[in-house]
Amino acid sequence: MKEFADYKNVWVFAEQRNGKLMNVALELVGEGHKLSREISEDTKVCAVLVGDKVEALKDELYAYGADAVYLLEDPLLGQYTTDGYAKVITDAINEYKPEIVLFGATHIGRDLAPRVAARLNTGLTADCTRLDVNVANYMDYLEANTTASLTGLDREDQSKGLKQTRPAFGGNLMATIITPNTRPQMATVRPGVMAKMEKAEGATGELVKVDVKLAASDINVEVLEVVKAAKEMVSLTDAKIICSGGRGLGGPEGFKLIEELAEAVGGVVGASRAAVDAGWIHPSHQVGQTGTTVKPEIYFACGISGAIQHLAGMQTSKIIIAINKDPECPMMKLADYAIEGDLKKVIPEIIALWNAQ
Amino acid sequence: MRIIVCVKQVPDTTEIKINPETGTLIRDGVPSILNPDDANALEQALQIKDANPDTEVVVITMGPPQAKEMLQECIAMGADDAILLSDRALGGSDTWATSNAVAAGVKKVGDFDLIFAGRQAIDGDTAQVGPQMAEKLGIPQVTYVKDFTLEGDHVIVKRALEDGYEVLKVKLPCVLTAIKELNTPRYMSVPGILKAAKQEVKVWNAADIGVDLTTVGLKASPTNVFKSFTPKPKGAGIAVAGDTAKEKAENLVAALKEKHII
Ligand SMILES: Cc1cc2nc3c(=O)[nH]c(=O)nc-3n(C[C@H](O)[C@H](O)[C@H](O)COP(=O)(O)OP(=O)(O)OC[C@H]3O[C@@H](n4cnc5c(N)ncnc54)[C@H](O)[C@@H]3O)c2cc1C
Repeated sequence: MKEFADYKNVWVFAEQRNGKLMNVALELVGEGHKLSREISEDTKVCAVLVGDKVEALKDELYAYGADAVYLLEDPLLGQYTTDGYAKVITDAINEYKPEIVLFGATHIGRDLAPRVAARLNTGLTADCTRLDVNVANYMDYLEANTTASLTGLDREDQSKGLKQTRPAFGGNLMATIITPNTRPQMATVRPGVMAKMEKAEGATGELVKVDVKLAASDINVEVLEVVKAAKEMVSLTDAKIICSGGRGLGGPEGFKLIEELAEAVGGVVGASRAAVDAGWIHPSHQVGQTGTTVKPEIYFACGISGAIQHLAGMQTSKIIIAINKDPECPMMKLADYAIEGDLKKVIPEIIALWNAQ
Repeated sequence: MRIIVCVKQVPDTTEIKINPETGTLIRDGVPSILNPDDANALEQALQIKDANPDTEVVVITMGPPQAKEMLQECIAMGADDAILLSDRALGGSDTWATSNAVAAGVKKVGDFDLIFAGRQAIDGDTAQVGPQMAEKLGIPQVTYVKDFTLEGDHVIVKRALEDGYEVLKVKLPCVLTAIKELNTPRYMSVPGILKAAKQEVKVWNAADIGVDLTTVGLKASPTNVFKSFTPKPKGAGIAVAGDTAKEKAENLVAALKEKHII
């Protein structure tokens, strides 16, 4: 194992769009905070804030746990471009040498991080759902949640390499990836998986204004327009209760019933890919491997069989309630409460009871 | 114009099962397919060729010898030429090493105007090789492409975002990664199948593409698989009792109340 004494601190990309921080940015600050403390007392979690006139966002980052904010501002960074962002972030990494750099696995993070990692000739692990520095904690996780053998691992091991765990093969398999010989260790992290810290109003930290060197000629892509979806984005990641429907709804009108259930229980509407592909509901509602990862307090799965790709996005929900005709399907096996029956009959009963409370 | 399409042969992950005793993947009998997003990438290239018949579409992949089958499928869909990068020295490459190898293969193909790739492959789901190859080739990229128009020396594309999309103008050459919203891939045609049966897939090894051996393969890869395992199955849940839908609903709500969930 090489020595990387020059590399220090955990950086997280504080993705903002239109001057608003993405949720995942705050989740990464929380996770980065945890990792930095596991590495050493004097390791900091630093938020990398890139844009034009975005300095005001620093306070929110401090409030959610950032020790420092590295500010990369330039009029040319007002709109996200791969070229512009990749250049200034790579330059900053070369200058300040962080040990770990995390990005949210958003459409922007997954565009940017590979470009930066390739330019730095370092490793990048995609779509992580768990990160560990401390070996004993990692072993506890393996023991409690997986079928992994612990041979070769030692609780007393004080090495501080980043263990990056992610699903592979459509969620059938999990893999832990390490980056032993290059720095920084880089990963993208699934939105909705890591925990934000409690907001500490008024918290402050260190502000580092990074000297940005960017010319218009560095950017080879012209942003002509950014179009927001007409419909308000469903915020599945924040929802405490999610009511999802699948192919078992039988048609688009089935989502009326799901919407009524969601309204009664105070939840948000989710969907399986089969329901989305059938055109019954907008893709932004999709839960799963190629949709959103969620972990609400209560997840209702109505007429969803529980294909591995769907489970990959919701199986860490606290309570899973399945309503399905087929008691043998994977979702019914997984559910904390499995109701065998026709959803068209069961759901109205639940709505009536909930409303009656 | 010449368009290069990067494709990958993947196991159909919907068909994969786990051996519950050993916790390992059962790969036997799992069909290998052209990665779904890559089929959209190829379709876009073929649509350009439909409109501009002097276009040459070259598909390229890195993989074991059996990936030839998939390349023949690509020819049967309409690709002009197919190249397999295959060498033990390339085995075990992570995304960084793969992008070095594929970039070297692309350079050997020669001049090109446009490269398409799928956004991500369903076995690894990383979405990294397209952008990393673009970086190694020193050309711009657009990922998550859901709409495409060719206009002379540049393209206008829509890039999907979680909450909408961006319209971008990019000069050629560039790398574009396709998502399924981009188009509906065509089937193989009968003349295509006959052509594929006669046409040789080109096989290039590491020496052919002149790639630096310290930048490819398992040893050179900056990321290593430390452990792989399966999640523990969640404890079996309880079937909610009751003879009618109403009784079951009542029992559910009662159970949730009892546990102070609601
Ligand atoms: C690369 C890849 C990525 C994917 N990503 C995702 C993803 O992110 N999210 C996702 O959801 N899927 C994803 N899928 C698709 C996934 O494999 C399944 O096809 C999909 O989840 C099935 O949806 P479903 O459960 O609604 O449909 P089905 O599997 O058809 O299940 C329908 C269920 O409804 C029940 N049912 C029918 N009628 C009734 C009734 N009247 N009352 C009660 N129950 C009824 C049936 O018993 C059945 O269990 C992906 C697939 C691939 C290949």
